[in-house]
Amino acid sequence: MWELIRANKRMSMMLFVGMGFLLILIGYVFGSFYEPDAGGFIGIFLALILWSILSTVSYFGGSKILLGISGAKEVSQEIHPQLFNVVEEMKIASSFPYMPKVYIIDDPAPNAFATGVKPQKTAIAVTSGLLERLSRYELQGVVAHEMSHILNRDVLLMTFAGMMLGAITIISEVFLRGLYFGGGSRYKSKSSKSSGQAQLVIMIIALVLAILAPILARLLYFAISRKREYLADASAVRLTRYPEGLAAALEKISNSDLDLQKANKITAPMYIVNPLKKKGMKLSDLSSTHPPISERIRILRNLQQGANFKNYQQAFDIVKGKKSDLIPSSALNDPAKIGILQPLITQQTFEEIKSAKREVGDVLMKLNDFKFVNCSCGLRIKIPPAFKQSSFKCPKCGTIHNI
Amino acid sequence: MIYFIVFLGVIFLIAMFFISIYNSLVGLRNQVKNAWAQIDVQLKRRHDLIPNLIETVKGYMTHERQIMENITKYRSQAMDAQTIGEKASAENMLSGALGQLRVQVENYPDLKANQNFLALQEELTSTENKISFARQSYNDQVLTFNNKIQMFPSNIIAGMFNFKTEEFFQVEDIKEKEVPKVSFS
Repeated sequence: MWELIRANKRMSMMLFVGMGFLLILIGYVFGSFYEPDAGGFIGIFLALILWSILSTVSYFGGSKILLGISGAKEVSQEIHPQLFNVVEEMKIASSFPYMPKVYIIDDPAPNAFATGVKPQKTAIAVTSGLLERLSRYELQGVVAHEMSHILNRDVLLMTFAGMMLGAITIISEVFLRGLYFGGGSRYKSKSSKSSGQAQLVIMIIALVLAILAPILARLLYFAISRKREYLADASAVRLTRYPEGLAAALEKISNSDLDLQKANKITAPMYIVNPLKKKGMKLSDLSSTHPPISERIRILRNLQQGANFKNYQQAFDIVKGKKSDLIPSSALNDPAKIGILQPLITQQTFEEIKSAKREVGDVLMKLNDFKFVNCSCGLRIKIPPAFKQSSFKCPKCGTIHNI
Repeated sequence: MIYFIVFLGVIFLIAMFFISIYNSLVGLRNQVKNAWAQIDVQLKRRHDLIPNLIETVKGYMTHERQIMENITKYRSQAMDAQTIGEKASAENMLSGALGQLRVQVENYPDLKANQNFLALQEELTSTENKISFARQSYNDQVLTFNNKIQMFPSNIIAGMFNFKTEEFFQVEDIKEKEVPKVSFS
């Protein structure tokens, strides 16, 4: 079932190939600019080398770097049983053979991402803000979405595409700077009268490309990213059979106006919703990494007949108002008829939200090596790692505890 | 001579075709078995949790003796079951009894505040979810396998090598199907 989605990323592949073509083009044009005879192919060669180096580095170290940049800390089942269990549930639902590692990011903005290019080494990270806000079902929806990114091998595609974007940006930047700091003089000394005109044409093409290519590459990259988000939503519903969970989670996440502290432009496409959403999310659909959340929620709530890929495609068409081919046709033939679980009425009380906040706070303290002592008077005392004495007095009842 | 080579080539192609279908059938059957093993792991986990649960709850829920007896009874029935059908029905009864227990928990605020019980509750909720997700994935695999067995041309090879369609893990009670997997929140 998952192989179908994986093998049939036609649209994504086309966009990917488009980016590759752009990379080769700028390599060729910039190369010809410096060396009209053979330079074009040297340029292509250098551009591809740069891309492969960047890709290799991110292939082998990418998830570590990403987790490091975002300040994620690994949690075990003892520290946060619920989160760990929910991840395991999704692993079972998808018959995925390896358990992803689970990470928590200490940040009040609710968000989540998945990483890992190899199935053996994947990870799902969520922020503490997400854990505070979401009920178990909603958390399940979010984790299912992240798990789908892993199943659909999106991380791999996005890593290679991202590095292509990186290579194109770097090459264009270097070219423009080279031109500015004296590349021009070299060109003048070389030109003879007969080839002068051709050189001028190449120079204009190169200049235009140097300015446009990074923008175009970014648009292509974002287009891939948006498509993968819809597909991950569809797969998440296929896994949980409970679209309302993900819809409610997305609603809660979009209601928060906090920006994630440690996210940047490069890591943004990895998250479940754009972590930098305050910057013109509604203005330009083309330049956003994620589809509008309101639309994603509407599609999910339109899923009435079932949780099949076909049902998602239908709901997608209804919301978009036109026929489209989001999901590859081979996956649409998915024979399983899948019922949908009806929404639960679970009003979280104020008390529950408060206790959820306290629990998440405890988890973060545990991650930072705090010790917990339960006093017989009912008070839970949290001891910071810097506390060096061997015993202390309970502030409420005065009992002496030994550490 | 030419005809002979062509003849051999055709035989070879047909043989390759048969082998590839046979191998994919075996692969699918193994996936079904693996998915079943997954359900088994989770069911066993639930069986392991139950004594602990009863122990914790016993002190608080003095009026629900009948429910607890049922839970214990269905647990041992499920553990003794031989066929898939028997097992499925015993496990479904067990799910039902655990569901009843959950509803009753609402009447015991002291129990709901017990840290030990809260931890158990999360484990139980998660195990129930894992069972239903494992069942879901098992049924997916069975559907793919059965389709392959019954469809042309793989049905010929399935018939020759005696591949048999597998049973689905059905949920008997329609009510359980509709109700979402947890109501603990």
